[in-house]
Amino acid sequence: MFKATDIARRAVIDPLFKGRSTVKKFFTYGFICIGLIISDYQFDQMQRFRGWLSVAVTPVQWLVDVPQRSWTWLDERLQVRDELIAENKQLRAQTLLAERRVQKLAALTVENFRLRDLLNSSEQLDEKVIVSELIGINSDPFVHQVIINNGFNSGAFTGQPVLDATGVMGQVIFTSPYTSRVLLITDADHAIPVEVNRNGLRSVAYGLGQYDYLELQDLSDTADIEVGDVLVSSGLGLRFPKGYPVAQVIEVQHLAGQDFAKVLAKPTAQLGRSRHLLLIETPQQQTQAQKEVE
Amino acid sequence: MVMQRAHNLWVPFVTLLIAFMLSALPMLEWVQWGWPEWVLMVFLYWVIALPQRFGIGWAFVLGLLLDLLQGTHLGINALAMVVATFIVILMYRRLRMYRVWQQAFVVCVLVVVYQCITYWLQGIGSNASSGFWFLLPAPISGLLWLWLFVVLRGIRRAFKVA
Repeated sequence: MFKATDIARRAVIDPLFKGRSTVKKFFTYGFICIGLIISDYQFDQMQRFRGWLSVAVTPVQWLVDVPQRSWTWLDERLQVRDELIAENKQLRAQTLLAERRVQKLAALTVENFRLRDLLNSSEQLDEKVIVSELIGINSDPFVHQVIINNGFNSGAFTGQPVLDATGVMGQVIFTSPYTSRVLLITDADHAIPVEVNRNGLRSVAYGLGQYDYLELQDLSDTADIEVGDVLVSSGLGLRFPKGYPVAQVIEVQHLAGQDFAKVLAKPTAQLGRSRHLLLIETPQQQTQAQKEVE
Repeated sequence: MVMQRAHNLWVPFVTLLIAFMLSALPMLEWVQWGWPEWVLMVFLYWVIALPQRFGIGWAFVLGLLLDLLQGTHLGINALAMVVATFIVILMYRRLRMYRVWQQAFVVCVLVVVYQCITYWLQGIGSNASSGFWFLLPAPISGLLWLWLFVVLRGIRRAFKVA
């Protein structure tokens, strides 16, 4: 004979084995999840909330990077003297070359300022730079994102352009106190306004979700573009500063019967390899970011 | 008495931490396509072994952490984890009776469910597409289960996790 009290007691001791409780939990948490997803798509305030929550996973991101960092560290310690001397020499030569260029550039910059002053142009060349290090890569093959070790505590902000030594890498899409997430230009959701360096032809380079390619989709079939043309950021769209190299055209297809040419370009930045990145702050963006904070 | 009844519950959390690290490991692109769902698999093992301790609540928390780690919209991985865990809780008694390869098949199906949910929910706001390749981790996770199950069972017995 089962009494009602027995059943009640069992339910208290072992609630899991009551099917209803599991179903109830399932629906409760399921609806919470759906609510979260919708609000994450809809409301910008979630970004801030998310930023603080992300601190919880920062240790994991650091831990994952430990092998790479310790390898670099060991490598530096174990390098033979001769190699170091050779490397040093080479670097010195490079610096010399770079310095020569900078000298020339300094003169050109001053001249450019003067000319712009004459033209009453508001555009400035000066940009603030933060050097940052890559500490993680998104493991999802559909999402081209990397994680860097600068968060909003050290001046990174959403929308900030990111470069490496050879070209534009992407933009910061999300900041937490100590780390930020960078969307690379090759992500399928990314597009960057560019112009052909040779003749100023404007276009937009779309990511395809493949590390080696960008696509220009809106150039007419007769547009003046050739294999080997360098694409630089055009500064339109007010996100990326003007004049940084983005990609080099590697293929131009003229398809019969199509109004638009199919143009593929290879990013100049070392998207899969660079560990040291530059976060750029243009003066306009600085004021904009300050406004957002206020 | 209290000392004797230690449950060694830190052990599952250490294995989960390792799973998180594995899932965040930088990989070659072609390896990424088939990279198994480590966190899901390790968590499902603990659900099957200790359903009174690990349930939908923990699935939700771990899913949120995965969302933060992978930068997906908050709740996507959480929902997928909750659904997979719910299915396992409904059938964990049967799962315990299964042979390991039968379990592996179930895990494979669960990873398919998981991948479909995350892929579709992410697809709402994105335009990446690549046929059915996103399901590749499922068979690989299934195969891996044969090994992972034995390892985790060994760990559970060695540390007497209860």
